[in-house]
Amino acid sequence: MSTVIEMPEATTTARTAAETVASLTNVTKRYTNGVVALDGLSLTLARGEIIALLGPNGAGKSTAVKLMMGLSSPTLGEVRIFGADPRDTATRLRTGVMLQVGKAPEMLRVREHINIFRGYYPQPMAYADIIKAAGLEGIEERFFGQLSGGQKQRVLFGIALAGDPDLIFLDEPTVGLDIEARRAMWAQIRSLAARGKTVLLTTHYLEEADALAHRIIVINKGKVVCEGTPAEVKSIGAGAGNSGAQSGLKIIRCVTTLTAQHLEAISGVTHVELAGALTSVTSSQPEATLREMLALDLNLHSLEVQSPLLEDAFLALTSDR
Amino acid sequence: MSTATYTLPAASTGGFTRNLRIFATEIRYEVMRALRTRAFSLATIGFPAMFYILFGLLMNRGESLNGVLVAKYLLGGYAVFGSLGAAIFGIGVGVSMDLSAGWLELKRASPMPPLAYVLSKCCMAVCFSVIICCLLTALGVSFGHVHLTVGEFARIVGLAAAGAIPFSCLGLVMAFSVPPSSAGGIANLVYLPMSFLSGLWIPLRFLPHALQVIAPVFPTYHLAQLMYGSLGAQAPGTTAGHWFGLLGFTLVMVGCAWIAFRRREQNA
Repeated sequence: MSTVIEMPEATTTARTAAETVASLTNVTKRYTNGVVALDGLSLTLARGEIIALLGPNGAGKSTAVKLMMGLSSPTLGEVRIFGADPRDTATRLRTGVMLQVGKAPEMLRVREHINIFRGYYPQPMAYADIIKAAGLEGIEERFFGQLSGGQKQRVLFGIALAGDPDLIFLDEPTVGLDIEARRAMWAQIRSLAARGKTVLLTTHYLEEADALAHRIIVINKGKVVCEGTPAEVKSIGAGAGNSGAQSGLKIIRCVTTLTAQHLEAISGVTHVELAGALTSVTSSQPEATLREMLALDLNLHSLEVQSPLLEDAFLALTSDR
Repeated sequence: MSTATYTLPAASTGGFTRNLRIFATEIRYEVMRALRTRAFSLATIGFPAMFYILFGLLMNRGESLNGVLVAKYLLGGYAVFGSLGAAIFGIGVGVSMDLSAGWLELKRASPMPPLAYVLSKCCMAVCFSVIICCLLTALGVSFGHVHLTVGEFARIVGLAAAGAIPFSCLGLVMAFSVPPSSAGGIANLVYLPMSFLSGLWIPLRFLPHALQVIAPVFPTYHLAQLMYGSLGAQAPGTTAGHWFGLLGFTLVMVGCAWIAFRRREQNA
């Protein structure tokens, strides 16, 4: 499970060259009830990057985020944000957070919420800019309690932006947003990164990580399972459990009488899965594999060839094998 | 955690005034929020007012108690009752809800000095306590033939404000140690028995002797005695003794709140 996957040369060098904004070094977090949430986890965030932290529930995502926000301290290892302790006020002045909040004070207006948080920073983002970036025009005078779920999410996004922070944590930022609002928030997140801000987001929408992140870090059971660009993670995931993960992988789906044993013997095949009548074959040489499959089974039908989805990679990487 | 330890290269001189402004803003909006939350403000203010109207005014037959009119005597008790309610429901239940909803976490991840949050809650309780005391006095003066000197009024309002502080500390202990789902129930379990047992509803001397003996355990008892004394009624014990009782209770509660908070932190 804990196979370390080599990063392609280019991204590694690009990352070390960039300024490190946040780092977790060999962090272990053991709760008093004995649960080990993080197990020797290391990761770094660079300036101007959008990083998606993916993992199943209980993988340690929120613990990692809490440590970086200085809401919790590691049992072992070190957490540094801008080279300092995340609990320092000076550090907090440079970070913004959007958390899954069940209930914010309902009888405060949107304008008041934003301004309360702006007041915490010596150089906050201009009020009008926050309203525009978070899409809060027209609801500024509404009470928080009167807002829809999506509007509440946008207010919380606005609160995260209040201090014009250099590092922003977004925990499931687009939950409850409709497609239009989600795209608008994506555009905002991208423009933050373009201005040199670092964004760490956790998400359950793999599509979101795929569309938004420069780099995806998949964690499971408190360890980094793999990290890389969305494309890299997809190809790694599709080949997970096999040696020689490589790009150019395709997933071939069809109805065939060929057995798994037969299929695995075909050149290029890295993984075979049977789901009902449908057979899924992962291959690193899809053309060669297909030619052989078609030659071996003349009745093969319902053929479909796909690039692996991030979701497949995610499931492959985090499943218990 | 301390707010004094941070230095800002760019704005170190502005740090202090900014902190002061953060405290002021936090307090202002907390009081505003609580007043706007009608379910809270109406219940917190209405409950003691209703009790006072019922027991102090409607059932009043012009009798005297410990040297003053019953309506005047009970004014002190119900002011304490109101103060306790504001703190226990405002802080005990309010902070507990902020905790469970993750709102407190969001606040703590921000550069807000944590003390600003705690102080804003305490100030809210103090404000409600003063509002309740003023309302009860107005009711007593208007409908209960209660006569108060300006000095007496100032003293009971001051006591209502000061008394909200130990109760706020009790509220913090509750918020940090009671699971949020049961905070409301526990609040009632503290609020109602404590008020009754310290003689806020029915003067202590009409209660069984055993209850009179245990009453001094409660901060409400000490605050009530100070109230009665300020209103010109004879009250057992010395003024210094009651202040000492309130101070002791406050310190114990601050200690407990700190321990409960630390335990939460370590498990965070």
